Amino acid sequence: MSAVAEPKTGRKIRVVVAKPGLDGHDRGAKIIARALRDSGMEVIYTGLHQTPEQIVETVIQEDADAIGVSILSGAHMTLVPRILELLEAEGVDDVLITVGGTIPTKDIDDLKAMGVSGVFTPGAPTDDIVDFIRSGVQRREL
Amino acid sequence: MEPTSTPGTDSAQKAAEAADNEFTTMSGKAIKARYGPEDLTGDADVKIGEPGQYPFTRGPYESMYRGRNWTMRQFAGFGTVEETNERFHYLLEHGQTGLSTAFDMPTLMGYDSDHPRSLGEVGREGVAVDSIDDMEILFQGIPLGEVSTSMTINAPAAILLAFYVLVGEKQGVPSEKLAGTIQTDILKEYIAQKEWCFPVEPAMRLVTDMVEYCTDHMPRWHPISISGYHIREAGATAAQELAFTLKDGFTYVERAIERGIDVDAFAPRLSFFFNAHIDFFEEIAKYRAARRIWARELKETYGAKKPESMRLRFHTQTAGVSLTAQQPLNNIVRTAIEALAGVLGGTQSLHTNSFDEALALPTEEAVRVALRTQQIIADETGVTNTPDPLGGSYFVESLTDELEADAYDYFRRIDDLGGMVEAVRQNFPQREIGEAAFDFQRRVDDGEFTIVGVNRYQTEEEEVPLLHIDPALETKQVERLAATKAKRDSSQVESALAALKEAAAGDANLMYPILDAARVHTTEGEMIEAMQEVFGTYTETPVF
Repeated sequence: MSAVAEPKTGRKIRVVVAKPGLDGHDRGAKIIARALRDSGMEVIYTGLHQTPEQIVETVIQEDADAIGVSILSGAHMTLVPRILELLEAEGVDDVLITVGGTIPTKDIDDLKAMGVSGVFTPGAPTDDIVDFIRSGVQRREL
Repeated sequence: MEPTSTPGTDSAQKAAEAADNEFTTMSGKAIKARYGPEDLTGDADVKIGEPGQYPFTRGPYESMYRGRNWTMRQFAGFGTVEETNERFHYLLEHGQTGLSTAFDMPTLMGYDSDHPRSLGEVGREGVAVDSIDDMEILFQGIPLGEVSTSMTINAPAAILLAFYVLVGEKQGVPSEKLAGTIQTDILKEYIAQKEWCFPVEPAMRLVTDMVEYCTDHMPRWHPISISGYHIREAGATAAQELAFTLKDGFTYVERAIERGIDVDAFAPRLSFFFNAHIDFFEEIAKYRAARRIWARELKETYGAKKPESMRLRFHTQTAGVSLTAQQPLNNIVRTAIEALAGVLGGTQSLHTNSFDEALALPTEEAVRVALRTQQIIADETGVTNTPDPLGGSYFVESLTDELEADAYDYFRRIDDLGGMVEAVRQNFPQREIGEAAFDFQRRVDDGEFTIVGVNRYQTEEEEVPLLHIDPALETKQVERLAATKAKRDSSQVESALAALKEAAAGDANLMYPILDAARVHTTEGEMIEAMQEVFGTYTETPVF
C-alpha cells in the first residue's frame, strides 16, 4: 500500500492508539496499530494502563490527527467522556476520535453523541477501520 | 511400520502437498488427506501408554470420568461482594460443584477501590475486594471446609490468599482443610494478560514464597495455576500456548527447587489452566501433548519420583476470543464444541463461557445455559463412558506428536535466550504472540478462515438482553472501604506495613507479614504500595 499523504502538509497521518484503564486486553490495539502502520500511517502506541490525562498529553505532544481508544473493561462510559473533556479543555478540536472494544449498542449511540466519530466492536474488519480513519482525517483536512 | 499408501509421481505428490496446505488447523498446521499406521512414529505404545500411568498421555487417572466427573466451575464475580455472594449461592443451588472468583480490575492490579486509577472500574469486570471485611461477605454462608474455591488473581495473589485463610479461620476451618486454587502465574501476566504490580524478579520471589507457604500449611491448596488461557486469548497459536505455558511451569519448578523445596513436596499441587479454542482436534492434541511433556520433564529433568508430581492436571475454559458479538446465540454452539474438546482431552474442571460475553458480563440466563451445556455433555452424550476415547486415533496421535515437537522447538529458542524470565524481558513470547495474532486477523479479513456471522453468513443484528452494572456500586464499595479504615486501629496497620517492608527488603517469606497485616484490616492497596516502595514497579516496552 502506498504511503498516505495528508493533503495540506503532505505529511503522513499520525494516529495515537491508546489503552486507557486497567485492563490488559491489548490484542486488538496492537493489531490495529500494526495495520495502520502497514497502511502508511505513523502510529504512536501508548502502551497499557494509561490515564486519560496521559493520553491527551500524548495526543498534543505528537500533534496527532486521529486517536484510537481501545477499551474492553466496561469502563468506556467513564474513560471516554473524560478524554473528550480534557481534549476540549486543552482546545484540541481537530482530532478524529475512534473507540474500539466491547461496547454495547446503547453506549455506541451515547459515545457518538458526545463527539466520537466511529465505534468498532469485535469482528470489525481491520481494513474498515484503516479506511475510516484515513477518510475521516482527510475530510477534516479539506 | 509399513506404509500402506503407494508413493505417487513427483508432480502428483506436489499437487497432493498443495492440496494438503488448503486444509490446516486454525493455527495454520497442515493436515494430510489421510492418516494411517505410518503416522504413529517412534515407540507409539510407550508414548501413548495407559490412562493414569506415565507419561499420562491418555489422562491423569485410570478411570477418568467413570470414577469422578470433572468439576463444573463457572467463573463469577461482578458488582459488590453481596451480589457475587448471591451468584455463588445460585450456582451451588444449580448443581455447580466448585466456586471460581473473578476480581475487578483494580483488585487485580493492586489498587484499592478509592484509588484515582480505580475510577469507573470498580466492580465492572469482577468483584472488588479491598480488605478482609470484603472477603468475609463474599463467602458468607459458604462452608469453606466443604467447597473448593478458585481465585483468579496473580500479582497480588499472596494478599488474597491471606484474606481467604483468615476467613477460613473465622469460620473455624484451619488452612490445612482449605481446598482450592489461586492463579499466581505471574509470568503469563508479563507475556499476555498484563496485570502486574512489581518487576519480574520480586514477583517471582512472591510466587516462590507462596509455593513454600502452601507446601508447609495448605496441603489441599494449589498455589499456582499455570495458565495458557490468557496466552491463547492474546492471539497465540495452540503450539505457542502449549510451549510458553509449560516453560513458565518449568521456571516455577526451578525456582522452588532452588529454594530448597523437594520437588515431590510441591509438584503434585501444581495445576494448569488451558484454553479450549474452536479447532477441535488441535485442542485435544494440545492437552495430550501437555501431559506427556510435563511427565517426561518432571521425571527426567527435575528428578521427581512420585507419579503425582509428573501427572499434569488442568482446568479448561472455552475461548472467550472465539465468541462473536454478531448473532450471539451461535456462541452456545461454539462453546459446546470447545467444551467437548476439553472433556475429550481429559480436563479436571471446566468453565463454559456464556453466549453474551462478547457484549457484556453474562446475565443469569446465559450463565445457566453455559452450565447446562456441561451437564448435557456429562449426562447425555455418553462421551464420559471410557477414558481417552480418541487415544490411538492415527490423526490425534500424530497431531499430539507434532504439537510436542513444536513445544520443544520453542523450549530450545527460549533456553538460547537465557530462560523464560530473560525471554520475557526481551519480549520474545510477546512478539511471537503478536505476530500470530496479526497473521490470524489477516486470514479472517481475507476470508481464509471463516467465522460464521462475522465474515460469512452475516445477518441483521439480533438484540439480546445484557447485564447492567449499576454505577452506584462504586460509591458503595468506596464507602465500605472508608468504614473499614475508620474502625481499625491505625497504629497496628502502620506497624504491620513497616514489618512487611522490612521483610520485603530482606529474604524472609512474605506470606507471614502479609497475613499479619491482613488480620489488622490493612487493605490490599496499602500492602502493594508498601512492597512497591521496596521492589519498584514495572513498565512494559510494548512491541507491535
